Amino acid sequence: MSAEPIATFESALDELGVDLVRTTTDEFASTLEPLLDAPAVGSPLPFTGVSLPENVDTDPTVAELDAAATGVTAAGYGIADYGSVVVQGGADGAEPVSLYADEHVAVVAESDVLPDMDAAFDRIAADVGNGTSQSIIATGPSATADMGALVEGAHGPMAVTVVLLEGA
Amino acid sequence: MRADRRRKADRIRHLLDTEGAAVHQNTQVFNEGRYESTAALDDYEALKAEARAIKEDAIERLPELVEQVTEAVEANGGTVYVADDAADATRYLSDVVDGRSVVKSKSMTTEELDVNDSLDASGAEVWETDLAEFVLQIADEAPSHIVAPAIHKSREEIATLFNEVFEPAEPLSTAEELTRFARGYLGEKIRDAEVGMTGANFITADTGSLALVTSEGNARKCVQATDTHVAVAGVEKLVPSVEDLQPFVELIGRSGTGQDITSYVSLLTPPVDSPTFDDGELGPAADREFHLVLIDNGRMAMREDDQLRETLYCIRCSACANSCANFQHVGGHAFGGETYSGGIATGWEAGVHGQDSAAEFNDLCTGCSRCVNQCPVNIDIPWINTVVRDRINRGSDGDFDFLVEGLTPDSEPGGVDPQKRLFGNFDALAKLGSAFAPLSNWVARTDTAGALLERTLGVDRRRELPEFERETLVEWFERRGPRVSRDTARRQVALYPDVYTNYVRTERGKAAVRVLEALDVRVTVPAAGESGRAPLSQGMVATAQSNAEAVFDALAPTVAAGHDVVVIEPSDLAMFHREYERLLPTDDYTALNEHSYELLEYVYGLLENGASADALADGDDERVAYHSHCQQRTLDLEPYTVAVLEDCGFDVTTSDVECCGMAGSFGYKAEYYELSVDVGESLADQFRADDAADRTVVASGTSCLEQLDALLTRRPAHPVRLLDRQ
Repeated sequence: MSAEPIATFESALDELGVDLVRTTTDEFASTLEPLLDAPAVGSPLPFTGVSLPENVDTDPTVAELDAAATGVTAAGYGIADYGSVVVQGGADGAEPVSLYADEHVAVVAESDVLPDMDAAFDRIAADVGNGTSQSIIATGPSATADMGALVEGAHGPMAVTVVLLEGA
Repeated sequence: MRADRRRKADRIRHLLDTEGAAVHQNTQVFNEGRYESTAALDDYEALKAEARAIKEDAIERLPELVEQVTEAVEANGGTVYVADDAADATRYLSDVVDGRSVVKSKSMTTEELDVNDSLDASGAEVWETDLAEFVLQIADEAPSHIVAPAIHKSREEIATLFNEVFEPAEPLSTAEELTRFARGYLGEKIRDAEVGMTGANFITADTGSLALVTSEGNARKCVQATDTHVAVAGVEKLVPSVEDLQPFVELIGRSGTGQDITSYVSLLTPPVDSPTFDDGELGPAADREFHLVLIDNGRMAMREDDQLRETLYCIRCSACANSCANFQHVGGHAFGGETYSGGIATGWEAGVHGQDSAAEFNDLCTGCSRCVNQCPVNIDIPWINTVVRDRINRGSDGDFDFLVEGLTPDSEPGGVDPQKRLFGNFDALAKLGSAFAPLSNWVARTDTAGALLERTLGVDRRRELPEFERETLVEWFERRGPRVSRDTARRQVALYPDVYTNYVRTERGKAAVRVLEALDVRVTVPAAGESGRAPLSQGMVATAQSNAEAVFDALAPTVAAGHDVVVIEPSDLAMFHREYERLLPTDDYTALNEHSYELLEYVYGLLENGASADALADGDDERVAYHSHCQQRTLDLEPYTVAVLEDCGFDVTTSDVECCGMAGSFGYKAEYYELSVDVGESLADQFRADDAADRTVVASGTSCLEQLDALLTRRPAHPVRLLDRQ
């Protein structure tokens, strides 16, 4: 993958107020640690050589989910020019984890950062064909202007951080 | 004033007072956001064309797509029900819900069907989880905007409402506090609910997938937390494939709220496999049910209707509402029917609720055309409004008025409202007014005439009536003759004498002749009649068509000789370039379209091709405030006037409102006068601002000039007057 989509991704995320944190498989644990505000919940990560630390609850109750400060999930891919991550929820609970915590930390592999919506929809269509039942194109925090002014953090997270797994 | 006009005027005044400020502020944010966000797209026009093509194809093949999606959803483990009408849909939904608790995400289609009322009646508890819909549910009000349904409510009003209804320990005040409170309150409802009801922005026939475009995250929660997902959507939401979603996803947020993309675009192929909430635990999703309820409710008939079919391409982004000056000022509680609001609502209301619902607000579309380039699927929204107006005219009972009948040699049936007839036949009135000028002007200015006109025809007596010239432009030119010989002419043109220029504002016509001649153009002024704009704006399509044919006959020799047609009045040029496509044979339309130009556009072309600005008046740094015309801006013709004025040494600033609010006859109508002035004040305020207060005011459109003349102390003029050396 060329550096260009990553640079585009980073600047698009920056405009949304989303931090992009770069790391590698080896350094993942130490990179993630300061990003975790307790209590943290998560859904298992599919990347080889990467896993969630013990203090991240991957089997929360509804109350624990609701009380979570941080929710860590993988993102199937990123869309560089929009600064979006695509959360592909499934039985492992990525959908509620990415939705209920105050902050969503999305982990995406560098090779999964796609340049644009065209490329993303090619992947999404293929995934639907392969049985993925939900792909949420998530762009920045949840937001509403319904209460008379823009508020970040409506029903969903009020902040998002993207962790980019370089070399993965 | 007639009672129905007075009622309408009262209602509009009430909404201007109570909701106008909030609606104006919020729609402005959306409108500016859309311009900014779409400008950042390299391929905006191509994306719109692609989206349009997908919709055309989908609606063409709709029955086939309904079959295809039914197979796909059933193969995924869900069910599909196609409801014929609202009663059918609500009966089915009540059966599926079966008294269980329901949490909903925002869906205008469920508003159309009054789903909440019917579920309530069946004993089910229903909560709207979109924060704006939640506000309306508590306030027991109807949406005023199809995307931001509580756009008419200020933060202060919402705070007062919440504090009264929920009596929180600490009174709520800021938008953040209100949002947190609603999130907490609705969070409990979502946790306890058994049914999640959503709409769908798009449905893909190939896979049975839904696209939900949201920002708050409530739709995601409603689907995930519950074990029964019900999606309610019009049949027109079907597109063939998942790949077809891409242009829509790129366009819908930009076109609506001016966001490049909303926070969440959920692409779901239900029943989804996320764990549900089950007694405080995350439980398996194996038993989740999915019901797709597709709504006909008039849509299949719209598909067969050559004029209303385009409405089905609508993706309900709200661009036509946000870009509409009238909507910006009064909102969807006036500019809307039973369910839908904004320009395209006329098509939806006529199709799903019937013509009477459309008739309530259809006149608020003035045909200014500002929405036309904003629609992501290129729907000719003014045309739909015109056609429905025509049908309403024809459908109403005869309300014959001999006074108007005498003045109106039109092709319309007796049912047309006399007020519409009067304005639709303005050419006949102008001809008489000119023939009897100045007597006719003196009479028209008397209080007696004003009162009579208001009472019988709904012409607001607060408006000054046009003052007719005894000698028309055509007569003046016949007497004077051309001044540039064929041999020395750079170009030969026919200057189109629109009704206003011919009978009322002859001075701008004479200035146009002299300016063109100064640039070595041989000018003639053929006696071509009214373009059809006036009757068209009243929904008198047949009259507009016969006017169009007569105009073409008068201008055909010019066009056939390879000469050009120059038009002063932008609304008439817009007829030639846009509406004539529907009113004239294709060859005639094309010929006139290719050979007709706005006056200053033409001057610009002459200057670019060797003519010298030295032949025109020298601006000498005169400070000018220019208001282009709505239809002129839709045709992208504003920059030419600015460039020519600057070329000639004027210092130019421009307005950035969508419309002056006058819009032909609209501002004369007693029921709309106050809205017209409210809209016009936004423009006048820009020209009263510090940098503009001392500037000479110019405007291209007759209506704009009349509105500015009424609202400013400076007398405005057409820009060509500045270029005329005389």
